[in-house]
Amino acid sequence: MPHRTFFWFFFPSGLAMLLFIGLPIISSFFQSLHIEPEQILMEVEKCDPFGCKTETKVDIEATTKLQEEQPLGRFNGLGTYGDRNHLALNEIKEAWTNSSSIAEFTDILLNLPFYKALLFTLTFCFAVTPPVVVLGFIVALSVNTITKSLKGPTIFGVILPMIVTPLIGSLVLFWMIDAKGILGSFIQFLFDDPNLSLKSSSQLTWITLIIYGIWHNTPFAFVVFYAALQTVPQDPIEAAIIDGASRYERVRHIVIPHLYPVATFIILICLMDNFRVLEPIIGFAAEGVAQSLSWMIYNDLRSENKMLFGSAGATSMLTIIGVAILLTPVLIRTWREFRTER
Amino acid sequence: MESKINRYSKQLILINSFFILAWLVVSVFPFIWTFWGSFKVKADFFSRADWMFAVTGVNTLIETGDTSTVKAYVESWTEGEFWKATMNTVIITVSVVTISLFLGTLGAYALSRSTYKYTFWILIAALIFRAMPHITLVSGYLFPFFQLNVWGILPTTIIVLVAINQPFTLWLLYSFFKTVPKELDESALIDGCSYFQAFRFVIMPVMWPGVVTAGLFSMMLAYNDFTVTSLLLNQQNYTMVPKINAYLGTIEHSGNYMWAVSSVVSATAPLFMIIMFFQRQLISGLTAGAVKG
Repeated sequence: MPHRTFFWFFFPSGLAMLLFIGLPIISSFFQSLHIEPEQILMEVEKCDPFGCKTETKVDIEATTKLQEEQPLGRFNGLGTYGDRNHLALNEIKEAWTNSSSIAEFTDILLNLPFYKALLFTLTFCFAVTPPVVVLGFIVALSVNTITKSLKGPTIFGVILPMIVTPLIGSLVLFWMIDAKGILGSFIQFLFDDPNLSLKSSSQLTWITLIIYGIWHNTPFAFVVFYAALQTVPQDPIEAAIIDGASRYERVRHIVIPHLYPVATFIILICLMDNFRVLEPIIGFAAEGVAQSLSWMIYNDLRSENKMLFGSAGATSMLTIIGVAILLTPVLIRTWREFRTER
Repeated sequence: MESKINRYSKQLILINSFFILAWLVVSVFPFIWTFWGSFKVKADFFSRADWMFAVTGVNTLIETGDTSTVKAYVESWTEGEFWKATMNTVIITVSVVTISLFLGTLGAYALSRSTYKYTFWILIAALIFRAMPHITLVSGYLFPFFQLNVWGILPTTIIVLVAINQPFTLWLLYSFFKTVPKELDESALIDGCSYFQAFRFVIMPVMWPGVVTAGLFSMMLAYNDFTVTSLLLNQQNYTMVPKINAYLGTIEHSGNYMWAVSSVVSATAPLFMIIMFFQRQLISGLTAGAVKG
């Protein structure tokens, strides 16, 4: 295909991506270099029958004027990245010199907003992915053996948690897990503790979120594994049966090696998708104890009158760096594949 | 294709059926529960006294005179203006699917037929764009959109969703067009067609299976989106998912909470119907991604 034709075919799609994916990243970066203008304070003398007092008030007029002149705020360089809500360089330095033990230092570190969110995001990613892969594989093996006529409806049932949006999925579970819901009461009954609530402690909330993550992501792993199972060659399996291999041995030595590349694909997609975890936190109303990087950005942006563009931009940039690190293996793999293709 | 020697023992079948049933309960029961509960009042669905109330509807009987009620549905659709949210969702979903398929088929066809090296770099860029968390993009949109005064309206959100959707659509259709034999359009070119004519008269008639799959994924993205719609639309233009979240914000009003429950059912039901119908295409799409990388 000549360059010219290619250009015209690809132009609309490319333009859309460039304008609405490429530019926003740059715009985010640009925003992160700025900080909201400080409010201009003024002293007002207030007099009433009991005497005069001076009060400091926000000079609304001057502040609005400043905001109109510099809508993005003043230039702050990389300052936002280092402040307390992001990388918190000063706080870390201070904690490093002042704390007596490593434990104390990590304790201080993990109470800083950014590191707290990073810890949750990474915990979520790495706690959800392995069970998803294992469960997805087992369910796929299991569905593969049932009668053909039942397969369609079964598959439909199994993929439901994946189809609904995370917010709705987490709400549906949240309403059941609620202390007044069916699962919540059951758990209270099980542990014989009428005050037990999964919302009561941060560990329990984290576990609930992780269980939700597994519930939501397993169908994806299942579908991919199930499709890959259809491509497992039958000859080696029959040979193994003749040689007297048990079912377990056949799965272990023939099926699993065949599925390795598929498993890495699932792991990477899972890590990437869970790195942006946001909706479950809102659905489970877990903002208090579990914040993710995406939630930090969302929180900076959701209030309509005072959006913290600078702070959101800086967190976005740091998140993108995180995604880039997770993405490197995929990119390397795609590059290798592409080279062998030619 | 089951070979005779690879027969399953009775024991295995039993364990297997039990496992599958248990798993089905885990994945389906929450939806059945919510569906059932959406016809009850709040005192039943979140019953402090006994969870069985949600099944039997004791308080519903006391409050409304029947064991199940559609009060929450009626109220959320009328008073809660869920009809408006539904309409917005339909507008956004239909527009996003149409536009992104139009752009996607053209772009992906070009990518699959070009032999130059830059196609690879474009695909890699698309892969990177696909991995970007949507919220990071939203944080980049808000400020310029405010300045340009295009924040809060549906067209902006549609274009943004189309763009966010492009990378995945491109990859999916790219791997689909790779399976369409090159000889097909090459012969048309030899016969004197231009590339556009070849695309229009030779490729378009055979591309529908791939387009349906890609359309299904575009639909799910637009229909299910929360991050973009909740931050880029103003309250009046909310689609279903942010609307449900907005109902939750007003917990004090106990009626509103049931609005959210019934709206969850209203929003999920059409999606499930569509997926039931197009299940095969959905699975083939996910698989194409896995096999092709």
